[in-house]
Amino acid sequence: MPQTFTYVFDTPVYKGTSSFSTGIFINGKFQDGSEGGYIDVINPTNGKVITKVSEGTAKDVDVAVEAAQKAFDTVWGLNCPGFERGKLLYKLSELMTAHADEFAALEALDNGKTFGWARKADIEAAIGSIRYYAGWADKIQGNTIETTKDKIAYTTHEPLGVVGQIIPWNFPLMMISWKLGPALAAGNTVILKPSEFTPLTALLMAQLTVEAGFPPGVVNIINGYGTTVGHALSHHMHVEKVAFTGSTLIGRKVLEAASKTNLKDVSLELGGKSPNIIFDDCDIEQAVNWTVHGIFWNHGQACCAGSRIFVHEKIYDDFLHRFTEKTKSLKIGDPFAADSYQGPQVSQQQYDRIMSYIDSGKEAGATVHLGGSRWGNEGYFIEPTIFTETKPDMRIVQEEIFGPVGVVIKFHDDDDVIRQANDTVYGLASAIFTKNIDRALKTSQRLRAGTTWINCANQLHAQIPFGGFKQSGIGRELGEYALQHYTAVKAVHINLGHEI
Amino acid sequence: MAASIQVTVPATGNKISVPTGLFINNQFVPSVDSQETIECVNPATEEPIGSVVAGSVKDIDVAVAAAREAFKTTWGKNVTGIERGRLLNKLADLMERDAQVLGELECLNNGKPLKIARDFDVGDSVACLRYYAGWADKIVGQSIEIDSKTKFAFTKHDPIGVCAQIIPWNYPINMWAWKVAPALACGCTIVMKPSEFTPLTALKLSELIVEAGFPPGVVNTIPSLGSVGGAALSSHKDVDKIAFTGSTVTGRKIMAAAAMSNLKKVSLELGGKSPHLVFESADLDQAANWVALGILYNTGQDCTAGSRVYVQDTIYDKFLQILIGKAKELVIGDGFDEKSGGGPVVSKVQYDKVWSYIESGKQEGAKLALGGVKRSGKGYFVDPTIFTDITPEMKIVKEEIFGPVLSVGKFSTEEEAIRLANDTTYGLGAGLHSMIVSAHTFKQVWVNQYNLLYNNVPFGGKKQSGIGRELGSHALEEYTSVKAIQWNFGEKLDWPL
Repeated sequence: MPQTFTYVFDTPVYKGTSSFSTGIFINGKFQDGSEGGYIDVINPTNGKVITKVSEGTAKDVDVAVEAAQKAFDTVWGLNCPGFERGKLLYKLSELMTAHADEFAALEALDNGKTFGWARKADIEAAIGSIRYYAGWADKIQGNTIETTKDKIAYTTHEPLGVVGQIIPWNFPLMMISWKLGPALAAGNTVILKPSEFTPLTALLMAQLTVEAGFPPGVVNIINGYGTTVGHALSHHMHVEKVAFTGSTLIGRKVLEAASKTNLKDVSLELGGKSPNIIFDDCDIEQAVNWTVHGIFWNHGQACCAGSRIFVHEKIYDDFLHRFTEKTKSLKIGDPFAADSYQGPQVSQQQYDRIMSYIDSGKEAGATVHLGGSRWGNEGYFIEPTIFTETKPDMRIVQEEIFGPVGVVIKFHDDDDVIRQANDTVYGLASAIFTKNIDRALKTSQRLRAGTTWINCANQLHAQIPFGGFKQSGIGRELGEYALQHYTAVKAVHINLGHEI
Repeated sequence: MAASIQVTVPATGNKISVPTGLFINNQFVPSVDSQETIECVNPATEEPIGSVVAGSVKDIDVAVAAAREAFKTTWGKNVTGIERGRLLNKLADLMERDAQVLGELECLNNGKPLKIARDFDVGDSVACLRYYAGWADKIVGQSIEIDSKTKFAFTKHDPIGVCAQIIPWNYPINMWAWKVAPALACGCTIVMKPSEFTPLTALKLSELIVEAGFPPGVVNTIPSLGSVGGAALSSHKDVDKIAFTGSTVTGRKIMAAAAMSNLKKVSLELGGKSPHLVFESADLDQAANWVALGILYNTGQDCTAGSRVYVQDTIYDKFLQILIGKAKELVIGDGFDEKSGGGPVVSKVQYDKVWSYIESGKQEGAKLALGGVKRSGKGYFVDPTIFTDITPEMKIVKEEIFGPVLSVGKFSTEEEAIRLANDTTYGLGAGLHSMIVSAHTFKQVWVNQYNLLYNNVPFGGKKQSGIGRELGSHALEEYTSVKAIQWNFGEKLDWPL
């Protein structure tokens, strides 16, 4: 029997008790992993173990696929009308709202982000996504198409079947909601693998799907490792689609696995090295504030982080000064302290990786304008770091660091900065700061990125699609667009009189 | 008059409080200049239920002004789609909570059976609100390529503005939901005129508008006579759009008034004389069920009532017998009686109208296969009535009766069936009962079923059955106005040309 995890929060920002099963969740029930293993859940503020959760493996994936397929064939898929699916999703969003503070506390505990950010960004966005897709469930429409008098032709947008979803640790609950929302609205059944670093909010979410009334087998959540559970989902012959958010490195493996097995549909949301272009005619105060948000939100652990900051030479000194001052004012500390802006990075592994990038920057001769060191004596805290005097081929300029490390680059020529901005294998997001409409639209039109933020950064809405150009991904999440990746088009031709 | 009336539900003795004032800016108020009232009658007993304030032309002005102010300040483009969706969902929750009370009030004022009022009228209305709640943050325009180096064009679907909505008495709650939901989802504000026969549920629902949290002025409710409030809304210079469900005769007046005033947008959902075609390949027992439903549901008081049925001659006798048997099974009685599958017609006016059609049917030579005998006693009850041996020129075949009166005809070929079916100025619904497919000219075709409506399937008429569509995504087009924005960021204009 899997253990129940109970945690009493007694913090300045939240007091309450959270309690839920730590098992893997298959066919409406929590159970032990079939091979009996466990994964430790670490508190990133101090490296200590909070609890352990059951570990699922490939065998559990097989069982889940069977349950998900059965549910799809009997009580879900086309057996459940859209408005019923919408009702369940709406109910789930109401339950999430009732547990909002608890979710935020769990997220802060598990991931290290502050309670405040978790509550107002992650949890609100997660609830908003489920509500948004609840509204789509009975509106997935095809077309009727005119050809000749003798034919009635129409398309239906049908669910794919059993879909696998693999999510990262940077916004755990929000990522679950971005994935479950469109998949369930469209009528698919789901097997979701949370990140092994941040399994807690997924477990509470699993419990809420039971309370909301989703039939067993429709939602399955299996904690485990990428090399076992992730691998099994990507390779499974009866999983019709896999959706993966994470590194470009693993994204390749997922795509390759699909190509070698059943050619399952693949959507990928991968890394980025997004450019933030600050023109000399910007509102400089606002540009500074958005730039801080662009690279330091979530401790830099955002795929769309504006990590390359291009500043026009006319305002470079002024901007850098203000940006530095603003960054210095960010408070690092306990995620449960009321005035903390930034907590620890999520894991030892991530900490090591970021520090090695910082070292590489130093070694390559870039200037550490601010930060560059560990913060505190325990846990995975890193000072917000700003590099200047970089060269384009430096690793800190080319590669995704996924930490609170921004690179500031001077420019003088519009054409050249756009060339530099596009000179990357990535193409996830971009930001432009200028008060000149013409400049903004022209630049946005020339940037090769899935999102262009004009005079803002890191703004995500359930209604607006999000995804990458080039090696930042395949497909779009959010908005109506996400539904395309969870439906297959069937064309039906009815012959009214054409005889041969 | 008193601010509210206590309405007693006969079957249980429960009392329901109903506000009597005009609902403007989230408050119930007296008329600014009139003492007129509207008396509501229980059609099953002919007893009065109570009276409410009747809105005057001046009251309409006040309501429109309130709606306009709200549109400019707290609604329209000042509220997000997410918030509009949230409020619509909240309203749906409240209607669901109050389903029993609303059902009882509907049964009392309209006559329809309580269980149908509660489970279907209210149930479908709750679903309608939720359906449009889901659309509120999904009203998208287009981005359009012209020349990517210099231009950017896009459309926005703006809310039309202040919308007048005039609804009938046959499905008071359901018609209210069909109108209110898409208009609010799109960001419009509303002046609603419920039918003078059945204003009570609209007033009760106005209480829920306040409880849900809609800002004042977003929804305003003015019970009024059609010739007063309806006429005033149709010709009002500050109403951007009028949506009307009712008779074709009144629909014409509304369209004319719109043309003569400010060319407000008009959508109309009018009458019908919808035919069923029963082919020999049909499952006769099922077809008879659907045909019976089509003419007897809501006691025939339905714009899509299947009031004509044409049966293929090879199965005519057999089908007719089955149909008569089905019609006899329906119990028409007091809506609070568990056994009733249908209630009285809504009013004395309707009762007299339906009977005059039945008399004309007899006079013009149609044969009565069922019904045609008035009941004695209280209540506007009309029993299922079936005429056969009909000819196309008969009034009962051409005109909308709006009661449980069916005309049955015969055909031999498919071409003949289609010709007979289409021979009408209306074009609302049609039922096709056959295992073999063919094309048809009606807008709302039901194949091997009838009358069932779904919130996500559009509904409306061709020809003189109406203009525009309700339900589905199409309803959103009725409440939005497309604005195209063309942004030049790279073209310099030479002058002179």
